[in-house]
Amino acid sequence: MTNEIVKQRLVEKFGEQLTGWSEPHGMLTFTAPKDLNLKVLQFLYDDEQLCFQFLADLQAVHYPHNKGEELAVVYHIHNLVDNIRIRFKVFTNIQTPDVFSATALYESANWMERETYDFFGVNFIGHPNLIRVLNVDEMDYFPMRKEFPLEDQSRVDKDDEMFGRGGAVGFGTEKGMHHDTIAEDEKPDQSKEV
Amino acid sequence: MNNRPVQFNPKLKTVEAPPGFMGDGFMATSFDKVIGLARKNSIWPLPFATSCCGIEFMALMASHYDLARFGSERVGFSPRQCDLLMVMGTISKKMGPVLRQVYLQMAEPRWVLSMGACASSGGIFDTYSVLQGIDQIIPVDVYVPGCPPRPEAVLDGFMKIQELVGNESLRRRHGDKYKELLAGYGIQ
Repeated sequence: MTNEIVKQRLVEKFGEQLTGWSEPHGMLTFTAPKDLNLKVLQFLYDDEQLCFQFLADLQAVHYPHNKGEELAVVYHIHNLVDNIRIRFKVFTNIQTPDVFSATALYESANWMERETYDFFGVNFIGHPNLIRVLNVDEMDYFPMRKEFPLEDQSRVDKDDEMFGRGGAVGFGTEKGMHHDTIAEDEKPDQSKEV
Repeated sequence: MNNRPVQFNPKLKTVEAPPGFMGDGFMATSFDKVIGLARKNSIWPLPFATSCCGIEFMALMASHYDLARFGSERVGFSPRQCDLLMVMGTISKKMGPVLRQVYLQMAEPRWVLSMGACASSGGIFDTYSVLQGIDQIIPVDVYVPGCPPRPEAVLDGFMKIQELVGNESLRRRHGDKYKELLAGYGIQ
């Protein structure tokens, strides 16, 4: 069982809908439209030859510059019999980040999807309990999206001078934000440039 | 009859008796001093160890930098039975209410020692998820800086707690200033 066989079987079944074929570091990677994600996962699970029945990882990546496809949900699925892992990506819009949940197929997707929701805001449709895990429940933003500053904004005692950043413009704060990682329509008023 | 010489340690250190009036078979001194002396030499800590400072605390409790010689032979993990809450390690915002609950469950008199940079001020973790210092949720008596602080530094902090315990007035916990302090943290 090699990457070629997997790719050939997938292309036989889904044809042109699967795109973005590549093999970084020997791991076969492809992309599908987000409506097909459960169909692809189910096919890979049920097939006797392919037998990808272990969901190793489920994460998201935020690409702020790909307008219309900012959030990528990435599945790493593993074949325990032949020891092959493949990466499967699904892209979604940041304004309506709805993706079908893989919880019905893989139990481990439950918490992994909660974590992805917690940090990126991806809404998994059909998830039994989509609430925050790892962060405080009252948090109202999604920390791993690239538009939020790294540092805790509630500090008042931090002296930026001592951190080599100059007291006037703080690093990672509202004042120092460079505005190139936010979607166009979410940028604050440009007339207030520092 | 054995002529084996008795071996005893001539260099045994004892704690000084508090100043008072000595008489035939009795000694009169003040409650504050005696109770302070007793409490400070038998502090039972509650190790609230979260991360790396917890490992450093394990080194502290081991035989080389023995904490037991200061009276903390018995560390308890039940807040009801302990005097000193030692917070060691990074406290995340999600852990904050848990720490506060543990503090509230402790019986008076209670003291708090914040060990390490993360517990004192958030340390190097100035991020969205780390509480920037436990003094945002509970009152702290002694801060021990360091990442992690050496066991000797923690012992120094512990000795400062001992000073605080020994010199504390018995009425302090009932006074208005203390109530105001707790009210500042939202604790009744």
